[in-house]
Amino acid sequence: MPTVKEILNTMEYGPAPEADSPVREWLEHHRDGFRHYIGGAFVQSSEGGTFRVMNPARDEPLASVAEGTTRDIDAAVSAATSAFPAWSTLPGHARARYLYAIARHIQKRERFLSVLETLDNGKPIRETRDIDIPLVARHFYHHAGWAELIETDIPDHGPVGVCGQIIPWNFPLLMLAWKIAPALAAGNTVVLKPAEYTPLTALAFAEICSEVGLPPGVVNIVTGDGATGAALVAHAGVSKIAFTGSTEVGRIIRKATAGSGKKLSLELGGKSPFIVFEDADLDGAVEGVVDAIFFNQGQVCCAGSRLLIQEGISDRFLDKLRRRMATLRVGDPLDKSIDMGAIVDPAQLARIESLVQQGVTEGGTLWQSDCELPARGSFYPPSVFVNAEPASTIAEVEIFGPVAVAMTFRTPEEAVQLANNTRFGLAASVWSENIDLALDTASQIKAGVLWINSTNLFDAAAGFGGYRESGFGREGGREGLLEYLVPMIEKSLLPAAPRTVAKLDASPHSGLKTAKLPEIDRTAKLYIGGKQARPDGGYSWTVTAPDGTALGEAGIGNRKDIRNAVETAVKAKGWSGQAGHNRAQVLYFMAENLSARAGEFADRLRSSGHSGEAAANEVEATIRRIFYYAAWADKFDGRVHATRSRHLTIGLHEPFGVIGLVCPDEAPLLGMISLILPAIAMGNRVVVVPSPVQPLSATDFYQVLDTSDVPGGVVSIVTGARAELAKTLADHDEVDALWYAAPRSEWAAVELASAGNLKPVWTLEGDRTDWHATTTGQGPRFLRHATQLKTIWVPYGE
Amino acid sequence: MKTHAAKPDLKTHPPGGDQATKTSLPAVTRPTHPRNAGTELHMDWFETVQVNLSATERRTATLGGRRTVKKTYQAAWLVKALQCIDLTTLAGDDTPGRVHRLAAKARRPLRADIVEALGLSDTPPKVGAVCVYPTMVAPAVNALEGSGIPVASVATGFPTGLTPLPQRLAEIRYAVDMGAGEIDIVINRAQVLRQEWTALYDEICAMREACGNAHLKAILGTGDLRTLRNVYKASMVAMMAGADFIKTSTGKEEVNATLPVSLVMLRALRDYGDRTGMKVGFKPAGGIRTAKDAMSWLILMKEELGREWLEPDLFRIGASAMLADIERQLEHFVTGRYASASHHALA
Repeated sequence: MPTVKEILNTMEYGPAPEADSPVREWLEHHRDGFRHYIGGAFVQSSEGGTFRVMNPARDEPLASVAEGTTRDIDAAVSAATSAFPAWSTLPGHARARYLYAIARHIQKRERFLSVLETLDNGKPIRETRDIDIPLVARHFYHHAGWAELIETDIPDHGPVGVCGQIIPWNFPLLMLAWKIAPALAAGNTVVLKPAEYTPLTALAFAEICSEVGLPPGVVNIVTGDGATGAALVAHAGVSKIAFTGSTEVGRIIRKATAGSGKKLSLELGGKSPFIVFEDADLDGAVEGVVDAIFFNQGQVCCAGSRLLIQEGISDRFLDKLRRRMATLRVGDPLDKSIDMGAIVDPAQLARIESLVQQGVTEGGTLWQSDCELPARGSFYPPSVFVNAEPASTIAEVEIFGPVAVAMTFRTPEEAVQLANNTRFGLAASVWSENIDLALDTASQIKAGVLWINSTNLFDAAAGFGGYRESGFGREGGREGLLEYLVPMIEKSLLPAAPRTVAKLDASPHSGLKTAKLPEIDRTAKLYIGGKQARPDGGYSWTVTAPDGTALGEAGIGNRKDIRNAVETAVKAKGWSGQAGHNRAQVLYFMAENLSARAGEFADRLRSSGHSGEAAANEVEATIRRIFYYAAWADKFDGRVHATRSRHLTIGLHEPFGVIGLVCPDEAPLLGMISLILPAIAMGNRVVVVPSPVQPLSATDFYQVLDTSDVPGGVVSIVTGARAELAKTLADHDEVDALWYAAPRSEWAAVELASAGNLKPVWTLEGDRTDWHATTTGQGPRFLRHATQLKTIWVPYGE
Repeated sequence: MKTHAAKPDLKTHPPGGDQATKTSLPAVTRPTHPRNAGTELHMDWFETVQVNLSATERRTATLGGRRTVKKTYQAAWLVKALQCIDLTTLAGDDTPGRVHRLAAKARRPLRADIVEALGLSDTPPKVGAVCVYPTMVAPAVNALEGSGIPVASVATGFPTGLTPLPQRLAEIRYAVDMGAGEIDIVINRAQVLRQEWTALYDEICAMREACGNAHLKAILGTGDLRTLRNVYKASMVAMMAGADFIKTSTGKEEVNATLPVSLVMLRALRDYGDRTGMKVGFKPAGGIRTAKDAMSWLILMKEELGREWLEPDLFRIGASAMLADIERQLEHFVTGRYASASHHALA
């Protein structure tokens, strides 16, 4: 230790280590290895396997934990299943008391958990102590509140069942809290698999569950690697999978759960833009960059990793940033004066190094702080690529390390264009002191979380989650809670009716037997971009009544017709930007025009087998349904969340963009309208595949669209073989979401195909839904599926 | 805004700086860098500045969690804080006797046994300056003779600065004549609130001229300026007019030195340095009472401006009660026991 006199000269900070002895003692106590937490007991792996957990800052082993097997997962799911009936029927207040106890105990173990997290993950004690663990406690408090309120505030909903939850290593305990707190509040039981790099705080959490007397089986924790996770995803006893991690694994999970009927939420990767306009507080924005990309060593899914800087201030901004980077301290994460700790594992470090190398090879200009790195452990210096181009690899892929790329833009329009030039859509940060510019930019960026003049702000009351390939579903707030609830209505479906899939026959039909003079032949076409269009393939099939009578022909649309329809839908952006009131007027007009043709539509339904009364009822119900959604068009409000003081936090319902709608066989007119209306009322543009059983009501309907001022491209209709067209919609990268109202047996194919751009697929059991009932055939749940939540944080103050 | 390439227009001030010309001035430790010569008034250096309050607060709120100093380092940093104190008395009941007592404490701020235990007996620490009202300058100079500790005097109608300019300038000259080595002037806040930058600039230039060889510390009265943009602009104008230090507050405003305000002033100071190459000092004052406060500001200085700004020629803390807390902390470091204030000499 230098003398006072020497330090007076150097004025260095010196070491400031956080004591880790209580945690070391705990690890020592578990020297024989940690076990799974299943059914309230700590149990060994069924096959006795273990794996080592390392401290990445020192390259030394911390503990040995049980390796989860399929049998372990079976045991855990079975424990969760046994615990479910009692837990889900507990009064909300009782669940609230458990969650409150967990929140309190986390606070009482705050420093213990912080130190343990730092040892296991390598992130600085500053972050675990000041950010991670306080947010964990906050999350449990917030959801203790929800447990109390659900019965009265979100009525007619029930828990999903047993939830399988797989969490990443970057915020181990915080991600656990984000998963477990809402699940438990809603009455679910869970099996959680922590990341193999960082399972220790989850195991400490298991001890806390035990400490507060949580009923056995409500929370089960099985440690292991990807194989353990795969077993959990595949388990038939699991009703929901919630995953946070890479887009790559998210895609695997999407495929693995395809057709299973499991509810799914995915919180995946990102390459989030960090936009600095010339009228920003530049010094403030520089600190923003530090919090955006050097927070948690850049291992943050929503890290602001693409710096977009307005050209006129770029040099000055980067100069300030470079100087700021020089003062960042990298080193022992247990040191209280450290900004950046260790990368979680040597494998991650190697990945970062190789991507940076690739960036250099591709001609990037790399700035790195010349800070001293510890000799031992996985460390990486703060890095920025300046003058990056959108086409370079490092500007496209998620590096998941302390490496940002910087590029310039000229105009706000170009900033938005660059910001959206990515397959991801998790978050964005916008820096400008002009509120008009900031909000305008926020509204145009396709991302789930927008931070104005700030970055990486989180709160239990605000939804967090992505657009596009950053996943779907939200965590936090009411939206997050809804991921763990099912409307009771979905549990009261009609029994499934046996059915045969109609095969479309393109050959001339000989069933028409009539001696009368034929009526003038009508040709039902496809309806694409506001125009009637012949099917690209040039084929039609004969639509018949249940008794075999030929009713007419419908075009057999193919891949190219879907492509054309999507293209027009993509272009019809104006619809999404219209005010709800304007959209409502168009919808009302649609009802007016349908009403004028009610007789004609009833006739069509009658000819396809409806009784006279049923046909008239369906048309009437359709008109009502149009009114219902016209009414909603200007009322599905967002919310202002109660997060921090002087932080206006807004949850907006934004349309997805282009939604593919695959319609049910039942109620040929009403079923289709029940899908189209909520989607377009919320501002989406849709490509509709009507039921192949009775498509002519659908093709008749384009005449109503034509006369109701519906802009071209807002609704396109492509008739044909449902499964084939649906698959094209599912794997189309410009289709943002898909609703599939067809029997369960058909789900697997579309869900599998949707893994391409990870669009959310809403599967409705079309055949088991009563489309006439106002309880099942309509409702806000349709609007929720038609919108995605964008959370905008606007800190303010003068 | 102009780019960095723009050369500063150096304003001609009366000669001075490195050498003290008046023999009556106490021998003070002279800074190793040239005095800020000031520049012409460049409105474009500050007019379009943007300061976001929440972002500024975030930085200062997290700083305390990002840096800490422990054990021997902490002791050394506390000694440094002590060396940067402008030990101040600015009360209506100040008397020559009171000033004498303060001066004695300034010469010998730490008990000898503590100094020895810290290993500093050959260079015992003393405070940065003693700060008093103009009429108390003479007794202060007298009491500090031979100590090397400069006397700073507030002036220009302290604390509001609203007396007529000739009187304000006369007050400066009076204090300088009495032997003050540093003058803590107050700026005319009305000129900031009305955005009258030329008038503000001219007044401060005149004050700088009146100071002669004495250093000018410009008190912005940030609590009155309210917005952080105003703080930045006033900082910039004061530096262009040749201030050697910019200082937050008189200690008499409703809100005195805060970290966010200080951060904005430091950023202005850095921007000014980038444009002119000049180094200007910083002095937070008012409401800084604990050793912990002192550490927060030292950390802020080091993080934002670097090692150089941790010396009394570029950093001062206006305080009185803080010294007692630092003494107690240092005694605790030396003895391992919590200390009593009654064991330390009164200031």
